[in-house]
Amino acid sequence: MDTSFVMILTIFALAVFVGFEVITKVPPILHTPLMSGSNAISGITLVGAIVASGSGSGPLAAVLGVTALVFATTNVVGGFLVTHRMLKKFRK
Amino acid sequence: MEFDFVNLAYLIAAVLFILGLKGLTHPRSAVRGNLLGAIAMLIAVVVTLVDQQMLNGPVLIAGMAGGAALGAVLALTIKMTAMPQLVGLFNGFGGGASVLVAAAALMQAVGIISGAGAGELSLQVSIATVLSAIIGAVTFTGSVVAFAKLQGLVTEQPVRYRGEQIVKILVAGLTVAGAVMVILEPADMSLFWILTAVAGLLGLLLVVPIGGADMPIVIALLNSYSGLAAAATGFVLSNTILIVSGSLVGASGIILTQIMCKAMNRSLANVLFGGMGAIPEKAATDDIYDGKIKSTNADEVAMILKTARRVVFVPGYGMAVARAQSAVRQLTEAMEADDITVEFGIHPVAGRMPGHMNVLLAEEAISYDKLKEMDQINPTFKNTDVSIVIGANDVVNPSAREAGGPISGMPILDVDKSRTVVVIKRSLSPGFAGIANPLFALDNTLMYFGDGKKALDDLVQAYKEA
Repeated sequence: MDTSFVMILTIFALAVFVGFEVITKVPPILHTPLMSGSNAISGITLVGAIVASGSGSGPLAAVLGVTALVFATTNVVGGFLVTHRMLKKFRK
Repeated sequence: MEFDFVNLAYLIAAVLFILGLKGLTHPRSAVRGNLLGAIAMLIAVVVTLVDQQMLNGPVLIAGMAGGAALGAVLALTIKMTAMPQLVGLFNGFGGGASVLVAAAALMQAVGIISGAGAGELSLQVSIATVLSAIIGAVTFTGSVVAFAKLQGLVTEQPVRYRGEQIVKILVAGLTVAGAVMVILEPADMSLFWILTAVAGLLGLLLVVPIGGADMPIVIALLNSYSGLAAAATGFVLSNTILIVSGSLVGASGIILTQIMCKAMNRSLANVLFGGMGAIPEKAATDDIYDGKIKSTNADEVAMILKTARRVVFVPGYGMAVARAQSAVRQLTEAMEADDITVEFGIHPVAGRMPGHMNVLLAEEAISYDKLKEMDQINPTFKNTDVSIVIGANDVVNPSAREAGGPISGMPILDVDKSRTVVVIKRSLSPGFAGIANPLFALDNTLMYFGDGKKALDDLVQAYKEA
C-alpha cells in the first residue's frame, strides 16, 4: 500500500480527537453498553486477520490465521450481540 | 488512477462507527447506534474479503464461522450479572487477535511464510508490529486475569507481595529490551515470541495485585488497550479502518478510565501500582460503632416506608452478589403503587465495571429516568425521606469528606443527609477500603442485617402486609 506514514499518523491523531469528543457525551447509565459496544468495534482487528490469513500460505500461516480469525470474530459478533441485548433492556 | 473502492468503503465504515458511538449518547438512540456499528463492521469485513478475493477461503470460513458461533453463544447465554467478566473476556480476544495478526504480518514481511506480505519492513512498520504485540499481549493476559477474578476462579482480593514494584519494573524493562531486539533483528521470530511472552507476563503482573473494587478501572483500561492494539495493527498493515476504529475505542477506554479514577479520587498510577487495599489493616471500629448501632427489621422498615413520600435506593456490588435486584424492583413497584417517588442513586464506581448497576436495574425493567447519577441525586437527599443502601459501603462513607483517610476526597453519595437511612448489610464488616463507616453509627441510620435478597424479600412481604 502506498499510504504514507505521516498520512496514517494524521488519520490516527484526528480519530483520537473525534473519539474524545463523541465519547465524553455518553451518559454514565450507558457506560457498560459503551464498553461492550466499543469493544466490539475494537474487534476490527478482524479485518487485519482477514488480510493476514488471506495473503499467507502454508500450515503456520493457516494456524495463525484461523486463531486470529476466531478471536476477532468472537469479539465482533459477541460484542455487538451482547450490547444489543443490554440496550434493549433500557426502557423508559 | 484506479478507483480505490476499498478505502472509500472503509471511510463509510468509519463514519458509521462514529455515528454509532454518537447514538450511544442517549438510551433512545443507543440500539440504533449499536446496529450502525455492526453494519459498519459488516461493510469493512465484506469489502476486505472481496478485496482479498477470498484467498484461503477454507481458512477464512473456518475461522470466522467458529468465532461467530462462539461469540453468539457467549453473548446470548450469559447472565446479565456476569456482564463484567464477559466484557473483560472480549477485551482479551481483541488483544489476542492483534498479537497474532502482528505475528503473521511480521513473518510474511521477513519471508518466513510466503505471501504478498505487508511489503518491505520499514522502521515504522517494525515499531508498529512490536507495539501491536506488546499492547495485544498485555491486553490478553490482563483480561484473562480480570475474567478469572470476576468469575471467582481466583481470589478477588488484591494479591500483593514483597518487591512487587521491583518485579513489575524489571519485567517492563525486559519488555522494552525485547522490543528493541525485535526491531533490530526482525527476522528472528523466536525473539518476537519471547517479547510476546514477556509482555504477557507483564499484563499478568499488572492485574493480579488489583482488587475487586478497582476492577471498573482495570476493565476500562483494558478496553482502551484493546483499541490501541487494533490501531497499532492498523499501522502494521497501513490499514485506515483499523487505525480509525482502534483510536476511537482507545479514546473511549481512556475517558472511562479517567471518569472511574476521578470517582475514586485516585490517580491511575495509584490504582496500578498500589495504594488502597495494599495491606488490609484491622480497622479500629469499636469506638466508632460501640453502643451507637441501631438494628432494625423488615416490619419496622416497612412502617417507615409506608409514611415516606420519597425513597432513594443506593445499590452497590453487594446487590449484584446477592442477586437482590428483582426484589428491589418488586419493592419499587409496591411503593410506586402508593404514590411514593422512588429513584436510584448510582455511584460511578458501584459494581465491577462502569455502569454495572444500571445494566442490572435496566434488566429489571426499571425506567432509566429513575437511574440518577451522583451529581443529580446528591442535592435531592435532603428532601428524601428514606435512603435504602443495599450492598454499598465505601461510596456512602462520610469519612471521605474528612482529610487523612484512605478514601479522603472521594466523591460520595450523601445518603446521610436524608431523613432516615436504612443500610441492608450482612454485618458491620468494612468495605474494600478496609475502614469503618461512621454512617452506620449515625442517629438517623438503621442497620437491617441480613442477606440482601432475603432481607428485601422479607421487606416486600412486610410492606405489602403493612
